[in-house]
Amino acid sequence: MYTRYARRYARLVTMSTAAPHALADAAASDSTLRRFLHGLPGVDAVGLEARAASLGTRSIKTTAKAYAIDLAISMVDLTTLEGADTPGKVRALGAKAVHPDPTDRTTPATAAVCVYPDMVATAKAAVAGSSVKVASVATAFPAGRAPLSVKLADVREAVAAGADEIDMVIDRGAFLSGHYLKVYEEIVAVKEACGAARLKVIFETGELSTYDNIRRASWLGMLAGADFIKTSTGKVAVNATPANTLLMLEAVRDFRAQTGVQVGVKPAGGIRTSKDAIKFLVLVNETAGEDWLDNHWFRFGASSLLNDLLMQRQKLATGRYSGPDYVTVD
Amino acid sequence: MSDKTGKTEQNRLSVFKTYKLYVGGKFPRSESGRVYEVTDSQGNWLANAPLSSRKDARDAVVAARKAFGGWSGATAYNRGQVLYRVAEMLEGRRGQFVHEVADAEGLSKSKAAAQVDAAIDRWVWYAGWTDKIAQVVGGGNPVAGPYFNLSSPEPTGVVAVLAPQESSFLGLVSVIAPVIATGNTAVVVASERSPLPALSLGEVLATSDVPGGVVNVLSGRTAEIAAPLAAHQDVNAIDLAGADEILAKELEIAAADNLKRVLRPQPVDDWSATPGIDRMTAFLETKTVWHPTGSLGASGSAY
Amino acid sequence: MTMENVSSAFEYAPAPESRAIVDIAPSYGLFVDGEFTEAADGKVFKTVSPSSEEVLSEVAQAGEADVDRAVQAARRAFEKWSALPGAERAKYLFRIARIIQERSRELAVLETLDNGKPIRETRDADLPLVAAHFFYYAGWADKLDHAGFGANPRPLGVAGQVIPWNFPLLMLAWKIAPALATGNTVVLKPAETTPLTALFFADICRQAGLPKGVVNILPGYGDTGAALVAHPDVNKVAFTGSTAVGKQIARTVAGTRKKLTLELGGKGANIVFDDAPIDQAVEGIVNGIFFNQGQVCCAGSRLLVQESIQDELLDSLKRRLSTLRLGDPLDKNTDIGAINSEEQLSRITSLVEQGESEGAERWSPACELPSAGYWFAPTLFTNVTQAHTIARDEIFGPVLSVLTFRTPDEAVAKANNTQYGLSAGIWTEKGSRILAVANKLRAGVVWSNTFNKFDPTSPFGGYKESGFGREGGRHGLEAYLDV
Repeated sequence: MYTRYARRYARLVTMSTAAPHALADAAASDSTLRRFLHGLPGVDAVGLEARAASLGTRSIKTTAKAYAIDLAISMVDLTTLEGADTPGKVRALGAKAVHPDPTDRTTPATAAVCVYPDMVATAKAAVAGSSVKVASVATAFPAGRAPLSVKLADVREAVAAGADEIDMVIDRGAFLSGHYLKVYEEIVAVKEACGAARLKVIFETGELSTYDNIRRASWLGMLAGADFIKTSTGKVAVNATPANTLLMLEAVRDFRAQTGVQVGVKPAGGIRTSKDAIKFLVLVNETAGEDWLDNHWFRFGASSLLNDLLMQRQKLATGRYSGPDYVTVD
Repeated sequence: MSDKTGKTEQNRLSVFKTYKLYVGGKFPRSESGRVYEVTDSQGNWLANAPLSSRKDARDAVVAARKAFGGWSGATAYNRGQVLYRVAEMLEGRRGQFVHEVADAEGLSKSKAAAQVDAAIDRWVWYAGWTDKIAQVVGGGNPVAGPYFNLSSPEPTGVVAVLAPQESSFLGLVSVIAPVIATGNTAVVVASERSPLPALSLGEVLATSDVPGGVVNVLSGRTAEIAAPLAAHQDVNAIDLAGADEILAKELEIAAADNLKRVLRPQPVDDWSATPGIDRMTAFLETKTVWHPTGSLGASGSAY
Repeated sequence: MTMENVSSAFEYAPAPESRAIVDIAPSYGLFVDGEFTEAADGKVFKTVSPSSEEVLSEVAQAGEADVDRAVQAARRAFEKWSALPGAERAKYLFRIARIIQERSRELAVLETLDNGKPIRETRDADLPLVAAHFFYYAGWADKLDHAGFGANPRPLGVAGQVIPWNFPLLMLAWKIAPALATGNTVVLKPAETTPLTALFFADICRQAGLPKGVVNILPGYGDTGAALVAHPDVNKVAFTGSTAVGKQIARTVAGTRKKLTLELGGKGANIVFDDAPIDQAVEGIVNGIFFNQGQVCCAGSRLLVQESIQDELLDSLKRRLSTLRLGDPLDKNTDIGAINSEEQLSRITSLVEQGESEGAERWSPACELPSAGYWFAPTLFTNVTQAHTIARDEIFGPVLSVLTFRTPDEAVAKANNTQYGLSAGIWTEKGSRILAVANKLRAGVVWSNTFNKFDPTSPFGGYKESGFGREGGRHGLEAYLDV
């Protein structure tokens, strides 16, 4: 599908940006970007949702389930993004990320903890010496309604405090009003401010409203240099769904086929049970493929999910159902 | 068309009419060069009619197939206008048809006139059906899923019509009009003994904005012409109204070769009775089209 | 197993549905006049599970004498059944629908065992549609006056029904539900390779208290069906199966007053335009030809792809085929089950060989087939033209022929260039093109931006040699009424 668009836009544009891939020219101007994004294949909502539902009927049992649960635990960005967050809360979260199940040290650590920028240093200390990364939301999370200078300062502070990963929000207002280049340039600027930190770009799919928009946003984010594309902030009514995550997995799959660049995916918000998480892993496995079955390329933005995964893990190990008193509340 | 003496009251020698086939909008003689004698109910000579061959049948099917795309693709309103025009043209030639029907069926002038009037009125009736039948036999289907689902009737294609043997004009009109009203094209085999009204109808159709090939009229031996039509792979359906029981069975067996839609001969006592819609639906397909609708739910990513 | 050659990191463990839910007796009789009986001549045949070749049961084989007995039983039952108030007939059908829902897991497992199709399909497609079909027509039984066929439309009498093996219980539902709702009684012959769900359905009739003789089930081969169709006291013949047999039946009933409906073969074109929603189109193509191992009369067995996107679409399609999971049909993760019979497998095999010998290019994902049972890997042919046998003949297997087109006119011309006319698919984001193309396709069902969707309210049936008459919806009543 995509080589056509690439060829078309390569001819259309003469300007080149610094983006290191074959589709860079698409972002030469607002109009080339618009034509590129609107030239992407449409998404049929019913077909997409039916496919996601169909993959949701996969029955993952025994050894496969054990594998999936450990994989899911290792992919959790254990998150606290409350106004009431305190250093104590963040330290507890960090401890839990490093050793999710104190009764079973074979339990893998989570991928990261995810906190507000002012908590990055605390989180960094809490996970020191472990594999757990510190991710920080920045760019005036969750609304993104702040001047670019403020957003960039937000990012730089978080990175300076030791953040390994930055979760930015796009300007949905600009996107919905068709100012794609503005969104693009903002992502490019944030990416630059990230330095070595990996950049996750949050679309807030619940506000983009249509699947066509989610596909366009995915390509826009990837063109601008996102290391991850992420569904949601967790702060609106509709967050990660199997269908919107499937759509984003198709996007990263196709983007790599087109450019050779692999981009990660992070569904966030609303994933609370092991059963749900396993369904998402099936989506990954059968859409993007096993190259994405690794916490470098796929994450769950979640908090309560972890305890359910731990209870299921205990059930698999012992054969009896666990209960909430046998996992930690943090 | 002639009176018994061939002379008018003024003792003028009348001009006979040469009856010809109506195929593809033209009036050819039979390619076989054959004719047969048509007589009135008393056995008096009326005219010679073309004795169609299987090649005439073949040519008629080609003409009907060629006309199908345009006629079936015309708007239903347009087809209604055209069929109504047929009624107008018939009204103008009413006297001629009364004369022909009286001769053919041995009817009094007044009884023949009643037949012709009923036939004209039948054209008007079917003219009004063209843009209504889809609403009566089609419609939306409430499927259990996020799909828009619509069933519509469509013409089946080329229909071979064996016109009733007895009712040479009202019966004829009653089997042709429903076939073409819905967009089919027809190859009509006229009443074997009384073909003249059918051949004259061809002249009316030719001057009524009915595109050439939509109706093709053949005269001759019903069994001889019907056999190649029933077996023809490019004919989609056959109306056996004019076949007797034995012929109907043979033709139905032949029609199975390409699974033609077959309308078996129905006993009709009175062609003037209200016909209902069965003769239209017999040659309609139902096409059902599905399309996703998406949803307007609160999923946030609905369409 | 997945079809990928490499071992996947995320290997799904076996997740078999328990077959203990279904209790298959070692032998079954004919179901005539409310009772199971042996065939008059004592003949029996074995039904095997096509995924393992295990013999599931031994079934009585109906002969001419049994056909006669069953038709007589149906005739006797007709008088009372047709005289019942519609509301009473409706309640019997509602009972049947509910019992099917209650026993749906059992029936799904049984269907999977006898047919070879994946439990995912019997559980999620066949059985829900079976129950829905009875539920739908139950509601019609007391509303026939309002169905558009005039006041008090009368039933025809005894319906002789012959059904295929690809959707055994669903085809039974399509036949029996409208027949009973309209007041007919039935004698039904299931296919010789899949008699079991029909025989279990007989037990459901017993549980529902259906009067004896209203439904009669006669397992047997083609000769049983031929005897049923030819029986002089049958008023209505309904057949779903091959076009060749359909033509034979049409000849048999010629010259009689028997009303006939035929649902026959197809060679459906699935047309993908360059502006299609491509990921959904790929799913639709897969669903169109690999659902039920392609043993579907309305399968999208010809892919017509616009030349400008051929390479990219085929890449996507091949990648998708590599994720299909072939194997134990009872495994809940199986996408592709077994071919229904050795005979069907050899037909598929020989047509595929012919495709290769005529120069088409054959491709299948890397795929290990089980050693026992009847299996065929999902197969795709490229470099196919309209002249190839595999583009014209119905294969009735998991074999897709890929052809290309340049313009919408060419797509329509190629799609219609077949003696069949059952189904077609259109994939494009342009609404006006969907409507224009759908309008020109000579097919009874057109799926736009979807494929292989079925619903009891939606009429189904073909143009041309795909048969005549419609099943489903209000239209489906007509086949069983004297109108």
